[in-house]
Amino acid sequence: MSEWVIELRNVSKAYAAHAVLRNVTLQVRVGEFLTLLGPSGCGKTTILRLLAGFEPANGGEILIGGQDMRTLPPEQRQVNTVFQSYALFPHLTVFENVAFGPRVKGVKGPVLRDRVMDTLRMVKLEDFAGRKPGQLSGGQQQRVAIARAVVNQPRVLLLDEPLSALDYKLRKAMQLELKQLQRRLGITFIFVTHDQEEALSMSDRVAVMNAGRIEQFGTPRQIYEAPENLFVARFVGEINNLSGRVVAAAPPRYDIRLHDRVVNLKSQYIFGVGDRVHVLVRPEDVRIWREHEGSAEERAALFPAVVEAVVYKGSTVDLAIRLDSGDTLSTTQFFNEDDQALMNLDFREGERVFVDWVRDWETILPHEE
Amino acid sequence: MKPRGAIQIAYLVLIYGFLYLPILVLIVYSFNDAKYSLEWRGVTWTWYRNLLDDPDLLQAALNSVLIAALSATVATGIGALAAVALYRYEFFGKPLLQGLIFVLMMTPDIVMGIALLILFASLSLPLGFWTLLLAHITFNIPFVVVTVLSRISGFDRHLLEAAKDLGATEFQTVRRIVLPLLMPAVAAGWLLSFTLSMDDVMVSFFVTGPTFEILPLKIYSMARLGVTPEINALCTLMLGATLILILVAQLLLRERT
Amino acid sequence: MRRKAQGEKRSCLMRIKEPFKLTAVGVIGFWLMAFALLPNLLVVVASLLERGGDEFVALILTLDNYRRLFDPLYLGVLLDSLWLAAATTLLCLLLGYPFAYLLTRMPTRRRPLLLLLVIVPFWTSSLVRTYAMVILLQTNGWLNQLLLDLGWIAEPLELLYTEPAVIAGMLYALLPFMILPLYAVLEKLDRRLIEAARDLGAGRVTIFRRIILPLTLPGIVAGCLLTFLPGLGMFYVADLLGGARAMLVGNLIRDQFLSARDWPFGAAASVLLTVLMGLLLWAYYLSARRANQGALP
Repeated sequence: MSEWVIELRNVSKAYAAHAVLRNVTLQVRVGEFLTLLGPSGCGKTTILRLLAGFEPANGGEILIGGQDMRTLPPEQRQVNTVFQSYALFPHLTVFENVAFGPRVKGVKGPVLRDRVMDTLRMVKLEDFAGRKPGQLSGGQQQRVAIARAVVNQPRVLLLDEPLSALDYKLRKAMQLELKQLQRRLGITFIFVTHDQEEALSMSDRVAVMNAGRIEQFGTPRQIYEAPENLFVARFVGEINNLSGRVVAAAPPRYDIRLHDRVVNLKSQYIFGVGDRVHVLVRPEDVRIWREHEGSAEERAALFPAVVEAVVYKGSTVDLAIRLDSGDTLSTTQFFNEDDQALMNLDFREGERVFVDWVRDWETILPHEE
Repeated sequence: MKPRGAIQIAYLVLIYGFLYLPILVLIVYSFNDAKYSLEWRGVTWTWYRNLLDDPDLLQAALNSVLIAALSATVATGIGALAAVALYRYEFFGKPLLQGLIFVLMMTPDIVMGIALLILFASLSLPLGFWTLLLAHITFNIPFVVVTVLSRISGFDRHLLEAAKDLGATEFQTVRRIVLPLLMPAVAAGWLLSFTLSMDDVMVSFFVTGPTFEILPLKIYSMARLGVTPEINALCTLMLGATLILILVAQLLLRERT
Repeated sequence: MRRKAQGEKRSCLMRIKEPFKLTAVGVIGFWLMAFALLPNLLVVVASLLERGGDEFVALILTLDNYRRLFDPLYLGVLLDSLWLAAATTLLCLLLGYPFAYLLTRMPTRRRPLLLLLVIVPFWTSSLVRTYAMVILLQTNGWLNQLLLDLGWIAEPLELLYTEPAVIAGMLYALLPFMILPLYAVLEKLDRRLIEAARDLGAGRVTIFRRIILPLTLPGIVAGCLLTFLPGLGMFYVADLLGGARAMLVGNLIRDQFLSARDWPFGAAASVLLTVLMGLLLWAYYLSARRANQGALP
């Protein structure tokens, strides 16, 4: 058996004339926690529905465990789904909901009982076996849905935005629990979400999707720190985009003109002199000097700017800063415990400042319209 | 706020009073031990006993129950089938069928009555049991369709997918998920059909013949001759039976989990 | 392209269910064609034929039946009936609207019971309830007794067999049919819209006229549909409360079929009812579309 538990080869799917997936190729490792991340309508849920077998693909191949899935109906696939709405059977108790899968497969008696109760214990719901779904809280229903989906010990568990209906705190707690559950079971999880924070914190790898295509596929770190295109850079986290032009090339280092400054930056891409580029900087990587800080020579290398807005966020202060060149930057400044007085973040609107960023933490991409 | 609240409550009470007072008077006087007087002369079961001694009336009651039970059963079968088909499938002429169901429900009873009468006359069907049954099935169908359809439409579409996902075959899905979930609506549809059928005057008036008498028409012909305590008693019984069926139907429809 | 994609999507589910689908669609299709569409077509056909001897109709095309509807004799009944039904409908609306509105303002906990109390008369026999009205209104009836006891009148009034009695009876029989659709739209009405309007400085009258009324219009039209049409046809109400006089189109139609034996004329009168129904349905459709326009993209 290959290393891949799931393989999509050039899969495409269209509803009427509207293409929702365009030549998607994706390989998932055994035991991996993979997240499909993207805005609504990008096709991420469609991939789950194709894998579950609710809909056939229009083209391409789908393999699960090396086996072609094209003719296999959902009930014969070794994958199970946790639905966004949970889709718990309202007329059955928690026990019967979880027992549904094994029961239709012919499991009976004490074996069935033990298996269901073991699974319920795993999601800490053994005391709720006799309740109906309507009598449970949102978080509890969520656990029932998970228990029901894993009781058949599928190869792959598909989770369609399972946490979107929960409130913020519960969602955080469930993220952790899901991750632990996945480690314990060793089942491959394919998780769909539009929440980038959720994707980054839970996944082994993330596929960022847009308009039916996979824009980037990599570890959360790669996705966040080395976005491969503007869409990924903008969708995952906040980012500042400065337009520049290459004035001198000595790969991997380039002199790039940003308005009236020339900065020397490193890039994995090959650029020629005169190429237009995007210099992308995360708000937390932006550094700010106030008027009285630093020497005149130091300042000469910085970008002069004016503070436009100050937003206090508790653990950080976010600033909107307008460079003298006209670009606007957003920045995030962390309170520094070492400073005796927290005065250093006491920015005023209209205050003159000087900015740059932590060198080599920027990302440079070829120009996109 | 207080006086306005009181006025509002008073208004509600007034309308409820209007809706229930005549019925209450009817029920009370069915137990009054006086034939022609409003004066209260104590409780009696005489009028109810008189009903039991009237073989014509008993036969009419039996006929009514028979028609109601049969028409409700057939209408529920056809109606539930139609609801499932309308919900799950696309087919040629679907808008026409939906339109016909809607029109059938909105058609004034009298128009339906004479339309069916003309149909039966053109087919030279003798008016009686069979024509009555066909008519009652027809006016019951839309109510079953609407009741069942509103229940299915409330379903999470993913429920059926979840069952398949967990390995259930089509048959297992229908037996373990679809039918149990539809059951309350189907039962409620049956009960509502039964009451509709038991209470109908207008359609039955045109499509039944002298050989087959039913209770509402009997009441109608008796009531035209004036008020008697026997009719009070008979109407009270009808009300009681209808009330019980409606309550059960409402309970079934309200049950969500 | 479109059909192909849909077909593929459903194909794996369809294969097993094809016989079931055919049966279901076939049975309901047949029934509706035979007992809903065909009879109504026959009525239209009958209304265009001449009255026959033994056969009820003679196969001669004519518009005479429709012309006769405007004969002063029948026109009188028609106008009477329209007036009675319209008056009933208006009364139902005036009494039912505030009632339905107040119901939606009651505590959520009590609402199911209050609503059930409206549903019970909705489903019970209107014949039985009309009869209850007779008991109340007859000369030696309950209402007269009450008024006598209160000293408001010296001798019993002739309440029964009058026009007001018929209106009262129809009002009593049809009020729940007005209240329920009104309740349905009023309950769905978003309270925040009213708060927003108040926030923007609208007074009570303006809020009602500009916000509540347009949004509940589909319910109003539906309620009128459910009261006005039966109000034209309920011949037994006119019989029991209005005496022997033919007051409603319903009585007219019935008499054509039972005593006068003029089926084509009766059919023409009933086509008229159907046309009225069509107009009201159209009004309902328009009002529902207008009310939904804001909500739908």
